[in-house]
Amino acid sequence: MTAAAAAVAETSGLSTPPPPPGPRSKKLTPLFLLLPAALAMLVFFVIPIMTLASTSLMQGSLSTGFRQTFRWSNYGEILSEYYPQFLRSLLYASLATLMTLLIAYPLAYMIAFKAGRLRAVLLVLVIAPFFTSFLVRTIAWKQILADDGAIVHFMNNTGLMWLFDHLGLTEGRVLSTPFGVILGLTYNFLPFMVLPLYASLEKIDRSLLMASGDLYANSWTSFWKITWPLSLPGVVSGTLMTFIPAAGDYVNAELLGGPSTTMAGNVVNNQVRNFQYPASAAMSVVLMLAIVLLVAFYVKRSGTEELV
Amino acid sequence: MLDTTPPAAHKPNRPTVGRWIRDHLVVVFGILALLFMFAPIANVVRFSFNKPEGKINLIWNQFSLDAWKDPCGASGLCDSLWTSIWIGVVATAIATGVGTLAAFGMSRHRFRGRGLANVLVFLPMATPEVVAGSSLLTLFLNLGVPLGAVTVVIAHVMFCLSFVIVTVKARLAGMDPTLEQAAQDLYADPTQTFWRVTFPLVLPGIVSAAMLSFSLSFDDFIITNFNSGSTVTFPMYVWGAAQRGLAPQVNVVGTGMLVIALTVVVIGRFVSSRRAR
Repeated sequence: MTAAAAAVAETSGLSTPPPPPGPRSKKLTPLFLLLPAALAMLVFFVIPIMTLASTSLMQGSLSTGFRQTFRWSNYGEILSEYYPQFLRSLLYASLATLMTLLIAYPLAYMIAFKAGRLRAVLLVLVIAPFFTSFLVRTIAWKQILADDGAIVHFMNNTGLMWLFDHLGLTEGRVLSTPFGVILGLTYNFLPFMVLPLYASLEKIDRSLLMASGDLYANSWTSFWKITWPLSLPGVVSGTLMTFIPAAGDYVNAELLGGPSTTMAGNVVNNQVRNFQYPASAAMSVVLMLAIVLLVAFYVKRSGTEELV
Repeated sequence: MLDTTPPAAHKPNRPTVGRWIRDHLVVVFGILALLFMFAPIANVVRFSFNKPEGKINLIWNQFSLDAWKDPCGASGLCDSLWTSIWIGVVATAIATGVGTLAAFGMSRHRFRGRGLANVLVFLPMATPEVVAGSSLLTLFLNLGVPLGAVTVVIAHVMFCLSFVIVTVKARLAGMDPTLEQAAQDLYADPTQTFWRVTFPLVLPGIVSAAMLSFSLSFDDFIITNFNSGSTVTFPMYVWGAAQRGLAPQVNVVGTGMLVIALTVVVIGRFVSSRRAR
């Protein structure tokens, strides 16, 4: 638990102090310490990404073999055929990120400010769902959202279904609809939002809030003028840690969605299953570039560039 | 503490249900969020006690302990579980060892390209799993490496490594540097300082990094699915079985994992609070 919290605390912009210039920092020690990790990163991350980029320009099939022909039209073909999936990925991931933020903020706030001695227990509860396999949980949602299940009945009876149908999110049912997929994405990446939010809320100096109270700010003003701005690093890293995996996910679309809700991840996966490696590589590269551009723009806008 | 609104003069400040809800709105929403998180878990636990009518464990039929008495009853389930456990252990051991070294190197030494190294550590965590998985696959295909347990271990080490480095680095950054200085003032040589002071202080960080890495490896599906060949890990088993209908034994494993993880966390808390005393 502390590990995940520490991991997100680190990525949430906690700047590490510069290393102490101890007398032991000999020139070669860092080299030996870093060499294994650097080699692993190079061979199993950097080179694969380069291979992926190179494969995306290849031509051929499984029977004839793949040759490098710098076929840029691979990109045109994949985009003209699968642009709905690509756009859907970005849209669903954005909506799911927004939903996780709305659900996670009160929860993180409650743990940081209202939980008192229950804080440790609640933090354990937040990561506990992590430990029941991701697939098993998603399949459980399939069961909960089934057409004759309580949720669908409730939505039908309260008119929620009517509303969602008109928004284009459901189709008289939840499974195989955009709403089902977005709900699954929201659920699965929720802890990734709660933990960074908690990490930055917990760090807020309580005396600031007392001071604003002393200056006759009501709790609402205190929140918008103090708590919210100070929690922004957590908001930024939480949204990134939710958006990035959500945009690349295909499991939720596969289990909770239908043919009309497939995402870019489904395209990559299906092309690989059909041995269309250049096409799948091209889709991966497009997805990765889109995410990198969006994230760079977002981080720049939100002004937390020390994040990386 | 936040509630410092001056009482309105014309209204008596009487606790009412509406007022209580307004004051505790954030708690209400927080609890609703927790309920949302636990809804599918409750379902998983409940259906581990089901005796399904046919093969498909989707509709509640009747309470039974059958699945708990015979967790390996679903064919292939326990094999996949063992595969996941040993792959998780191997990947965790490698990632924790290599990652801890790198974390020390990065936080204790100044060197050229330190900024680049930080970005490089962050990148795999910021890469969608389909991209990471399919890129590794293209590498293995291009090199002609046969897919199987070895490629799964490599893939898992790859994505665990970043998390280990980040976790151990955070622990190192939060350490009190005066403790090491004190050890050296007391004439401990660098080796003694390291093993007697630094290492015990960093150990909890390394342990949590290892636990995180094991749980990431154990639960990974997307990257594994690209690189596993015919190796069946537990998530791969669940994925395959989901098409035919899951046996209640899968729910037993899901529940068991939750119980084990919670026990480990509780014991960890207990031990660390006893140490702190």
